Amino acid sequence: MPHDVADLVAAARDGDREAFDELVRVTYTDSYTLALRLTGNEEDARDVVQDAYLRAFRGLKRFRGDAQFSTWMYRITANCANTHLGKRNKHRHEELIDSEPIADERPSSDPQLQADAGARRERLSEALEMLPPKLRQVIVLRDIYDLPHEAIAVELGISETAAKVRLHRARKKLREDLFPRRLEEAADAV
Amino acid sequence: MQCEDLADDLAATADGSVLLGRSERRHVEQCLRCQAELVQYRRVLRAMRAMRTEVLEPAPGLLADVLANLEAAGERRAIRSMIHGHKAAYLGGLAAATAAGAAGAIVFASRARKVRTAS
Repeated sequence: MPHDVADLVAAARDGDREAFDELVRVTYTDSYTLALRLTGNEEDARDVVQDAYLRAFRGLKRFRGDAQFSTWMYRITANCANTHLGKRNKHRHEELIDSEPIADERPSSDPQLQADAGARRERLSEALEMLPPKLRQVIVLRDIYDLPHEAIAVELGISETAAKVRLHRARKKLREDLFPRRLEEAADAV
Repeated sequence: MQCEDLADDLAATADGSVLLGRSERRHVEQCLRCQAELVQYRRVLRAMRAMRTEVLEPAPGLLADVLANLEAAGERRAIRSMIHGHKAAYLGGLAAATAAGAAGAIVFASRARKVRTAS
């Protein structure tokens, strides 16, 4: 049994089921992490990961190998998450969240606390979870996973321009949530 | 130039996908508010990129579920290909029988013609 991902992919493409299982073992926590970041929900993330590996299994022959397997899996996971969220949104009206301000339940916006990397990461994760799914998907894929705009647009079924607009909105919202302007500054600006 | 004119470009400047023009750069150099926003965008981006290496552990059982699902899908695929194979063998047999029948008919017809010519 090969250990290198590229060798595993080659063996799996030749029909070696054990090699594909090994690929799943090696990559599933990464895929789950992305799925959870995209859906913001553990149960949805599990469903997305299941779908993603089924699709990968069925489409492995089409994997050209000019990209990394992990990047290919990210794209499939993003596509599955988008489909999953689309189905879920038929039953829920999450757009309402769009206009809701993010409640700051943390004790303070103390600059010292913000300077602490761990605390900032935690706040960032919370702020990401609070973003509307459409904005969250784009910023996660672009700024964390470094997927190009074109790939993001394809996997989410939107235009490249729409992907860029969503990215801009998401970044702006995140910045405003993480660095809220103090009341006196806001008053000064009026 | 007003800060609002630059607002859209600051985020893209942070990741290097947009380069500010000369007048915009001059504004940022003199504007504490825009400088602060730019720094904030860069901090958010840095923190986002740092998340790339983080792994969120799934609850136990996910791996087993995924593998079981794949197993089931593999079995379904094998059954489908077996059915497909049987179908192909059946159709092949049918075609061979038809061809043999046709050949037999031709031979029979040509023999009958020879007998008629001889008589």
